[in-house]
Amino acid sequence: MSEPDSPVGRRGGKIDGLPKITGAARFTDDLTLPGMLHGAFNRSPHAHARILSIDVSAALALPGVYAVLTGADLPTPYGVIPVAQDEHALAVGKVLFIGDEVAAVAAVDQETARRAAALIRVEYEPLEGVFTIEDALNPDKPLLHDERRRKGDTNVLRRVFQKYGDPAAGFAEADVIIESNYDYPGSTHVPLETQVALAQPHPDGKLTLWSSTQIPHYLHRIVSKVLGMREQDVRVIKPDVGAGYGGKSDPFANELCAAALARKTGRPVKFILDREEVFYAHRGRHPTRMTLKMGVTNDGRITAADFKAWAAGGAYASYGVVTAYYFGVFLPLPYKLDHWQFESHRCYTNHPPCGPKRGHGAIQPRFALELHLDKLANAIGMSPDALRLKNCVEPDTETSNGLRITSVALKECVDKVLAASGYLEKRGKLGPNRGIGLATSAYMCGALHPIVQSEMPQSAVQICADRSGRVSILSGTADIGQGSNHMLAAIVAGRLGIPETDCVVLEADTGLTPVDLGSYSSRVTFFAGNAAKMAADQLYAVMRAAAAEKLGGEDVVMLGGKVFRESAPEKALDFAEAVQLAEERHGTLGFVGHYKPPKIGNRFRRQSVGPSPAYSFTAQVAEVVVDPETGFVTVERIWAAHDCGKALNPTIVEGQIEGCVYMGVGEALAEEQSYTKHGLHRAPSILEYKIPTVFETPEIITIIVESNDKEGPFGAKEAGEGPQLSTVPAIANAIFDACGVWMNEAPFTPDRVLKAIERRDREARRASFDGA
Amino acid sequence: MPTEPDDDLVLTLRVNGDRRRLLIPANRTLLNLLRQDLGLTGSKHGCDVGDCGACTVLVNGAPRLSCITLAAEAQDAELLTVEGVAVGGALHPIQAAFHEQVAAQCGYCTPGFVMALKALFDERPDPTDAELNEVLGANICRCTGYTKILAAARQARERMNGRST
Repeated sequence: MSEPDSPVGRRGGKIDGLPKITGAARFTDDLTLPGMLHGAFNRSPHAHARILSIDVSAALALPGVYAVLTGADLPTPYGVIPVAQDEHALAVGKVLFIGDEVAAVAAVDQETARRAAALIRVEYEPLEGVFTIEDALNPDKPLLHDERRRKGDTNVLRRVFQKYGDPAAGFAEADVIIESNYDYPGSTHVPLETQVALAQPHPDGKLTLWSSTQIPHYLHRIVSKVLGMREQDVRVIKPDVGAGYGGKSDPFANELCAAALARKTGRPVKFILDREEVFYAHRGRHPTRMTLKMGVTNDGRITAADFKAWAAGGAYASYGVVTAYYFGVFLPLPYKLDHWQFESHRCYTNHPPCGPKRGHGAIQPRFALELHLDKLANAIGMSPDALRLKNCVEPDTETSNGLRITSVALKECVDKVLAASGYLEKRGKLGPNRGIGLATSAYMCGALHPIVQSEMPQSAVQICADRSGRVSILSGTADIGQGSNHMLAAIVAGRLGIPETDCVVLEADTGLTPVDLGSYSSRVTFFAGNAAKMAADQLYAVMRAAAAEKLGGEDVVMLGGKVFRESAPEKALDFAEAVQLAEERHGTLGFVGHYKPPKIGNRFRRQSVGPSPAYSFTAQVAEVVVDPETGFVTVERIWAAHDCGKALNPTIVEGQIEGCVYMGVGEALAEEQSYTKHGLHRAPSILEYKIPTVFETPEIITIIVESNDKEGPFGAKEAGEGPQLSTVPAIANAIFDACGVWMNEAPFTPDRVLKAIERRDREARRASFDGA
Repeated sequence: MPTEPDDDLVLTLRVNGDRRRLLIPANRTLLNLLRQDLGLTGSKHGCDVGDCGACTVLVNGAPRLSCITLAAEAQDAELLTVEGVAVGGALHPIQAAFHEQVAAQCGYCTPGFVMALKALFDERPDPTDAELNEVLGANICRCTGYTKILAAARQARERMNGRST
């Protein structure tokens, strides 16, 4: 499909890469407006308390202060998921975690705003806190949201139970059944840019909001709702964003308060979170306790699984309803599983709210499942890779829970990663305290069913061809560093046979660009890419027809910036000339394309979360060294093979895989959003939270595998999240290979590893004693 | 509010070759001086406590974390920020390599990495891989796993030393 000199599949720089390297890029905090005020929050010092009174008089009296807002000013509840509208821009009635926003100030500068925020006097009645899963399930504990309606109500936001096939019969077929408990920690995204918003009120009552968001469209809707404005009077613009990884997928209090303060003062308001505040805004990985029971036959067929998960989700729902489904729905991927069930609980606790982090909801069960597979392989004396390949899903099949599977190149991923790493030669033979581990995984390419149910397209792209030969691409997508602007340009340019640098992408401005639902659930390449392709196809057809008339033949191709007949390439038109011919014939050249996922029937009506138009697949091998004296784990190397369908730009795809592996290494070794028993964050800074530097990051060898999905744009699938799923379990399995301990609890910190090694030695001594 | 008028000071320095003279509050950080007073927003706030390196600039050729440096410390100094690295519109080899390798994903940490590497290459034109690592270890990137950044740093080193890559 792609030609040798096509932008599709070409390596190298992004079309919008240079400004980020020269300092010219404009992130939200780099924008300044005349007369701009600055916002600051007063935050709760209590994990759970009733607000008795708020006295803002001292703050208002401070020179330079223009306005103060409290929860009474913005009483409309909201939430990104329609069935969980449980947040307020500022606390109403109660505070639910240490750091919850109580009041917001606008002042002449940031220092004055922060001083004023500290002068606000809030009288609280502390309430008993809910800090653990046991607390959340306990009907005698206070509820975070609402009063107890029925006896027995608990702080469970959502319980999901699904059962497929006959798990009891499946277990009866098994020769070996293993059941284990697993614990996965909460962790947070730490994008280098904090949340920043800038709101500008207009004299006609309209409002423009610039923000560091992954979801301009949902932000647009929710700002309108909370401020009581018509949606057509609100314009949300996403400037360059300093990454998100899921951490900017919710509307945040600073965005809503910037908008409300701007409306109240009549002046632009910039509202920045500082680094500590980002740890309270959070929306990161759910700390999750799991139990997994699985059975296999002696020849390595998985017969049944029973999975349970409990997540302590923090004070608000965020995407938590969806998380509860993601915990289970991907279990029959990438391994065939016919008889299984899962039960998940997503709970409220008095902590900063959890939400979607890269690999949302799938990271935790994948950790459990991939360790479990190695345990089962060990028990039946089968190589872990062989067990995986034996159960691997086939292309063009359906899973037991009704997920339609199309392209699958997992076997190729496994083969390549085994060959590159020397896994088969190394496993069990690297000597004491050095080990190698394998894990695989699958992930979705966008959700079939949108968050807000609708039959409208989920992505739309508009393109215009200029007489100069330049093509402009307008899209509501949010490039947050993953390269979606380049992706759009590569697809359009690839279709039209021009360099991608002859395209201009204007993205993420809800006043100008057609709707795209946002950068989450790995949807952008598949959804917006297809929309761009559809728009480009129309332009292509019109230009080709005009050129055929001029050139006197139908065998017209567009390639290398030229338009010519294959039979007479010497008589070529420049692309710009062909645009002009088409414009003479057709009028102004503007086309829209959109993407609606295919209507894929699912025999399970309840299955609205999980179905995707395609799935990506990953296999990874990690090589580690464990220091038996200190328990310190060094990850030396990770080989990652990923089936991304088609790499529209291999350099960018590698970067996504490398970024995923990196984030996985952080979660495996150190990162933890951890709190005291009273709900106080223990480490709200980059240094204390311990994210990997170049020293802790292993060498990462990426292998791109192309399955050329028949519905993906030029065959492309996702690469931005799926590759993270395998990293943590590959490391855990490598630790077992190194020193014979199963790390059922992440992160694999020196104290945990050391304890596991001591337990191993104790058991070995006892066994030798018993044996003697 | 935090400073009284008599806490203000007159600061004279050279920024990216241009001589500047400003009246600033004594507690102004170098990062805020660059971003707010001079409109040079390429240097970034990542943490404001010296943890991340996104604010790295060169003061008299040495890398400094401008978020924890008082502007007053730069009295009479020669400053170089990311905006001054490409001379006459031509990318510095470090920048060219960053572009080619897509070492900038979101790009927020990139100015800090470019400046840290610039300081290294100015002092040691042909650093070893270990020396590259040592310098990059002071900066945080959350997107790339450092892989493409290391590749770009090595490519820049090879090109600047006349070796092909």
